[in-house]
Amino acid sequence: MDVLLLSRLQFALTIMVHYLFPPLTIGLGAVLVGCMTAWWATDDARYEAMARFWTRIFAVNFAMGVATGIVMEFEFGTNWAAYSRYVGDVFGSALAAEGIFAFFLESGFLGILVFGWDKVSRPVHWFASLMVFLGSVFSSVWIVIANSWMHTPAGFHIVEGPSGPRAEITDFWAMVFNPSSMERLWHVWSGSLILGGAFVCSISAWYLLRDRHRWFSEQSFKIGLVVLTLASWSALLSGHQAGETVAELQPTKLAAFEGHFHTEAAPLWLFGVPNLETQTVDFGLAVPGGLSLLVHMDPNHVMPGLLEVPPEDWPNVGLVFQTYHGMLTIGMFFLGITTLGMLLWATGRLFRYRWVHGIFVVGVVPAYLGNQLGWISVEVGRQPWIVHGLLRTDEALSEAVTAEMVASSIFLFGTVYTLLLVVWWWVMNAKIQHGPEEPEAPRPDGGLIEAAAGGRLADGGH
Amino acid sequence: MDWPTLWFVLLGVLLAGYAILDGFDLGVGMLHMLVAKTDHERRLVLNSIGPLWDGNEVWLVTFGGALFAAFPEAYATTFSGFYIPFMLLLNTLIFRAAAIEFRSKVKSEWWRSFWDVLFSAASFGTTLLMGVAVGNLVWGVELVDNVMQGGTLDRLHPYALAMGALAVALFAMHGSIYLYLKTEGELQERIVPWMWRTFGVFNGLYLLVTMATLVARPGVTRHLQAYPAAWLLVAANIAAVMNIPRSIFKGQAGQAFASSTFVVACLVFLLGAALYPNLVPGLPGTDGMTIYGAASSQATLKLMAVVAGLGMPMVVSYTAIVYWTFRGKVKLGENAY
Repeated sequence: MDVLLLSRLQFALTIMVHYLFPPLTIGLGAVLVGCMTAWWATDDARYEAMARFWTRIFAVNFAMGVATGIVMEFEFGTNWAAYSRYVGDVFGSALAAEGIFAFFLESGFLGILVFGWDKVSRPVHWFASLMVFLGSVFSSVWIVIANSWMHTPAGFHIVEGPSGPRAEITDFWAMVFNPSSMERLWHVWSGSLILGGAFVCSISAWYLLRDRHRWFSEQSFKIGLVVLTLASWSALLSGHQAGETVAELQPTKLAAFEGHFHTEAAPLWLFGVPNLETQTVDFGLAVPGGLSLLVHMDPNHVMPGLLEVPPEDWPNVGLVFQTYHGMLTIGMFFLGITTLGMLLWATGRLFRYRWVHGIFVVGVVPAYLGNQLGWISVEVGRQPWIVHGLLRTDEALSEAVTAEMVASSIFLFGTVYTLLLVVWWWVMNAKIQHGPEEPEAPRPDGGLIEAAAGGRLADGGH
Repeated sequence: MDWPTLWFVLLGVLLAGYAILDGFDLGVGMLHMLVAKTDHERRLVLNSIGPLWDGNEVWLVTFGGALFAAFPEAYATTFSGFYIPFMLLLNTLIFRAAAIEFRSKVKSEWWRSFWDVLFSAASFGTTLLMGVAVGNLVWGVELVDNVMQGGTLDRLHPYALAMGALAVALFAMHGSIYLYLKTEGELQERIVPWMWRTFGVFNGLYLLVTMATLVARPGVTRHLQAYPAAWLLVAANIAAVMNIPRSIFKGQAGQAFASSTFVVACLVFLLGAALYPNLVPGLPGTDGMTIYGAASSQATLKLMAVVAGLGMPMVVSYTAIVYWTFRGKVKLGENAY
């Protein structure tokens, strides 16, 4: 295999493993702030137990995200040196801002969140949880801005640098608010909250099936369901918004998403297999004019097909089509199960049917998968460009790096990541099996303090 | 001062912050199995850096991001030129994080011993590899059109390895003093001989590497000769090095730690003085990559200076809050590692 394919495989491997963790910490971070707020507001020890439980889960995933995240920052330089020289002025700036504004915030306050239970006051602890969450959100802001710039570059000009032409910032805010950055950020947050919500629902539903931690799992399930419902609709809206920008600025990518070969009114395929030979979609089912309707509000609107550009400018159409449709199907699945969950809740039957809980237990798998598939489709869909329209991926490699070197580092990462994921799975399983602590419920006639004081008076009376 | 020079200095500040902060927790990692014998002691050692190591490592991540933004040519050239060493470095960093996070999660002797060994080995490997990278920079590398020549073995010449060993001794010493400050009783007593040993090895290697540098790369002192006042800093550094054994002997570990912190910062400064205005020096007689040949546009350097000016005071304030929260001797809480 050549160094290009190996470098792409290594990047795919390391980013896919990394991306198991950040969306969960963003989504779970939001849930955690909710638990901390509820604890502070109600002074109910059961919310404290809930916050402690989710913090333990959060901490393991956060550590994994940090460990696998440093790899990403190094890899631009190690494997994609020509890319780094070309975009450093723009892309490097966003990455540096991420370090300064986000990473210090989240990792600093994470120490207080995880280890501060007996060291800091409750408001400080609540503040720490909020800062950790905000840090992870800021981090997503900068990295999505940097990534969006690779899809829809803006606010730059090309000038001669020390090793050839390169991009330099001309307008920082145009770079930050490039045409796709905000809607993609919205979509990334939606995906993260889907994962956070589905994760909380999955663990809670598993306890419900086992009839363990009843109060905890009912409360958590409701919180998770609300988050998941809102996030699923948000993903639909943001996905639609992002799709319109792709249609306008990266029509070849949209054509690959939809297997749209010829410039004509575009159908919406529910599933199928794009055939490069016949330039049609085989074994598929489509809504005629559906894509034209969605993008242009007109089923007869003519949309540019893949054949507008030569095949060497196409991405891998089969891969992009299938991953994109996989993501859409998963999105529809979440709209379906959350609607079901909400209807059951509204009619007071949320905790009645075991099969519903069963669906939510396994629902975390499509949540992880949907996040991964979405990224595969959007990044592979950008190919053969590394920066859309400016720099091709095969021009972006490191001059000093050989295929043997990349093969050996893939072997190293493959081995280490396999070990890491096995241990992660085991530790997560142990934590979930152990479950939250079970504090006493406060008495309905008074808080804990009165209950304790009452107990002491009663003791004194005897 | 021009903008590339300002960014050269800011990168020096980030590198010094990293070396001071992650320096002690890497040192703690290297000494982990040597000073702590029981499971309880090992947990104490691990938790002495528990809430802090992650924030410390962010200094490295931010250094990398800032290098990418301010000097993309240097970032691309060094990271791709040190491909295999950096891949190993990434994996030692991963092992360290995993070992800290997972070690105490399972109550089994072999499980914990496995992660203990990995934690120590990864801390050692991380420090060694970073020292080797610094050694290569001071020694110079062969550059053709901004691309580093030679293979992985060419990065492992004796001078670079000696610099790696020096980094190991320096961080082990710095970490031993930190650990002495955070522990008490029998464990603390067992750390005392390690403070002496690491100091002795550091001192010997420091002399050796300094002499080797002055003989083989006399140009490193050119800025010190141009600004004689800078020798005061060299003198202060030597005084700080000598103050370490004095403070340990008098039982003033706080002062010893302040001195080792100062020494780490001075060594980063001297590294900067040796390199400037090069970022990636060539071998003697050949041109290296200077900060001017490696920098981003002036507009971007200015913009990034604003980002740093807004961000760094916040960074210093949260670092202070976290260190203040976890001051004093280490105790094992409910959520301890």
